Amino acid sequence: MFGFFDKLKKGLAKTHQGFVEKMDRLFLGKKTIDQDLLDELEALLYEADIGVKTTTDLIEGVRQGLKRGDLQDPEKVKTFIKEEILQILRSGEKPLSIDFASTKPFVFMVVGVNGAGKTTTIGKIAHQYSAQGKRVLIGAADTFRAAAVEQLEIWADRVGADFIKQSKGSDPSAVAFDSIQAAKARNTDLVFIDTAGRLHTKVNLMEELKKIKRIVSRECSGAPHEILLVLDATTGQNAISQAKLFHEAIGVTGIALTKLDGTAKGGIIVGITEELKIPIRYVGVGEAIDDLKEFNATDFVQALF
Amino acid sequence: MFDSLSSKLEAVFKKLRGHGKLTEQNIEEALKEVRVALLEADVNFKVVKEFIQSVQQRAIGQEVMASLTPAQQLIKIVKEEMISLMGGQEQRIQLSGSPPIPIMLVGLHGCGKTTTAAKLARHFLGMRKRPYLVPADVYRPAAIEQLQRLGEELNVEFYRPTPSQEPLEICLKAREAALKGGFDLMLIDTAGRLHIDEALMLELREIKTQIKPKEILLVADAMTGQDAVNVAKSFNERLGIDGIILTKMDGDARGGAALSIKAVTQKPIKLIGVGEKLDALEVFHPERMVSRILGMGDVLTLIEKAEAAFDEKKARELEKKIRKDSFTLEDFRDQLQQIRKMGSLESILHMIPGLPKMMKGRGELQVDDKELIHVEAIINSMTPKERANIAIINGSRRLRIAKGSGTSVQEVNRLLKQYAQARKMMKQFSKIGQKGMGRGRVPFFS
Ligand SMILES: Nc1nc2c(ncn2[C@@H]2O[C@H](COP(=O)(O)OP(=O)(O)OP(=O)(O)O)[C@@H](O)[C@H]2O)c(=O)[nH]1
Ligand SMILES: Nc1nc2c(ncn2[C@@H]2O[C@H](COP(=O)(O)OP(=O)(O)OP(=O)(O)O)[C@@H](O)[C@H]2O)c(=O)[nH]1
Ligand SMILES: [Mg+2]
Ligand SMILES: [Mg+2]
Repeated sequence: MFGFFDKLKKGLAKTHQGFVEKMDRLFLGKKTIDQDLLDELEALLYEADIGVKTTTDLIEGVRQGLKRGDLQDPEKVKTFIKEEILQILRSGEKPLSIDFASTKPFVFMVVGVNGAGKTTTIGKIAHQYSAQGKRVLIGAADTFRAAAVEQLEIWADRVGADFIKQSKGSDPSAVAFDSIQAAKARNTDLVFIDTAGRLHTKVNLMEELKKIKRIVSRECSGAPHEILLVLDATTGQNAISQAKLFHEAIGVTGIALTKLDGTAKGGIIVGITEELKIPIRYVGVGEAIDDLKEFNATDFVQALF
Repeated sequence: MFDSLSSKLEAVFKKLRGHGKLTEQNIEEALKEVRVALLEADVNFKVVKEFIQSVQQRAIGQEVMASLTPAQQLIKIVKEEMISLMGGQEQRIQLSGSPPIPIMLVGLHGCGKTTTAAKLARHFLGMRKRPYLVPADVYRPAAIEQLQRLGEELNVEFYRPTPSQEPLEICLKAREAALKGGFDLMLIDTAGRLHIDEALMLELREIKTQIKPKEILLVADAMTGQDAVNVAKSFNERLGIDGIILTKMDGDARGGAALSIKAVTQKPIKLIGVGEKLDALEVFHPERMVSRILGMGDVLTLIEKAEAAFDEKKARELEKKIRKDSFTLEDFRDQLQQIRKMGSLESILHMIPGLPKMMKGRGELQVDDKELIHVEAIINSMTPKERANIAIINGSRRLRIAKGSGTSVQEVNRLLKQYAQARKMMKQFSKIGQKGMGRGRVPFFS
């Protein structure tokens, strides 16, 4: 196996370069399109976590284009791939816009697998609205994980939001109930319900989410107005399974893609958008309170290539 | 029941019928399927490429063993190569040296370091060691409290930092305290960080220089995608790691990151996290991981879980009862409880080869664990007399049971019907197998 590791090392040395550079280098000075170029293109797509299906489709698209004579030079191939991905992602480019005049309180329910960044993302979004002068309430419906309530409370303090909690181990939907009641009584503009991290395959825990949603909509008609699924950009193909099963269980209305400040590209979002057509609301780019941006398809593709 | 990769490979070789040897052409075709399986499992693209080449070289010209089909032969080679890459046998955490032995956990944000630190504490308690928890994450809100709470849950002692202390100082002071307190081990929880964050990587290097951890363990999320190679490689190059703990293995991630990380660091995967609770830490088995990555199910884990959950004595008693036709609803409930010990029905089904793929999307895997809980509640709401003889359960009793268990009369009716059917089935069983049903077997699920 020695040869194996040697070759691998050499191969990996390359991945430290940025995607843009790689794509440019790939096409630089090339006058013709050969199998090598297609292979390298394929590698770039895979390494961004674009996945087997979408990558195969894209490469097939290039082949078709070559056959038709549409893609005579490498530059055109590059533009073609970018445009294809952009087209998919643009359909997901729907920033959240809230009509506070007609919806009050506007209720967010935030869900996702363990450690994806739910609590932090709530802190960041709440901060944005709070800075706009909105009155925000945060409900700690993660009653399971050690110190989850304390973590969220620190965020609520930072943001200047009202905070609703119960003791550890209590029923999360009871916390949701309290939060809605308090929001109504206090004339709050926004409510965020943080939920415990859970793997999408755990049926009983998904049932628990359904119950929280049920209680929220019973107490406030039309709510939860946004069911935000938080996905970690370092996740691979499993993110598709996450998105599907959370969506099936409770109907996800928006996605936040976190941890894009690392070296992971978050390419899974392409396949998810293509298949599920869920709007991508935010991207997380760090741990600090301001490290949240609206999703922008052009920027995203630019970072991808 | 067979799995999709095997069946795809069978199909490939069928097309190329009649080969006693694996030839370049038929291997190439078949390895394309293996490649897709690995990529779908999130094995890094470059790792896949190198791996496929090495398998190809080994496979060409091999005789197909008489007992195997060409597809099985190839899978055998693929598995062997993967297992050898993965490290062959299990590797323990090193505990030699003078106490307190420092063990440090590092990794990306949210991968499970804090939880794993507590799981390790529990693990070492079981080995009659005295662990000391050291919270060196001063950044994330309530990170220290999180470790403290987990420590309290386990009754494990914990170093309490002052608000002004930096991570290195915490570790140094904690070591003094651990020495005084006579602790065997220090479990150091560090903040989540990006492998490209120079300042925070330097922080870890300084702790390493001063504290000299016996083991630096990289905690990695089993759901990680292609980036796993960059993360693992950086942590290994910039800090140096001794092993890996793979967390969140209780989901449906195929876990190709395991192969990628092993390939780029050549460091052993020592343990796996299989749940949020503190007892959800298991030994890593390379051969099981290989099957999982290839999408071939994890029968061994399933069998082991079943063995752990099923009490043999109880099973034998049960067998007797069945033969005597005195299997009551109480026995039925016992069985349900034993099954629940194995984990959620869903997670059990996921371990059966081929089943997840075949069933998914058709809603058939949506086994409701709540149903089991309901069944238990219904049985609990019956009187012992009723449990022993369901014939006496009339309409008003049914209503009472439904109310008592928070279910409906329909659910009670359904359970009684299922139970009656099960009894009937078992009677037939025991008629066929008068000699007994094998050791430790439980009729419903064997
Ligand atoms: N680098 C980076 N880290 C992030 C980002 N978002 C969250 N994190 C970090 O990821 C870790 C987990 O974040 P949490 O907000 O606690 O995640 P969670 O989904 O609430 O976790 P559970 O409640 O335990 O399931 C923390 O260390 C956060 O600081 C991001 O966009 N970039
Ligand atoms: N399902 C499952 N969840 C896990 C496992 N290990 C940890 N978790 C959960 O993952 C989430 C993050 O775990 P933490 O221990 O807080 O992770 P961390 O690496 O310390 O996070 P930071 O300190 O923010 O970087 C929590 O919700 C844990 O309960 C596991 O093996 N399986
Ligand atoms: Mg949280
Ligand atoms: Mg932590």
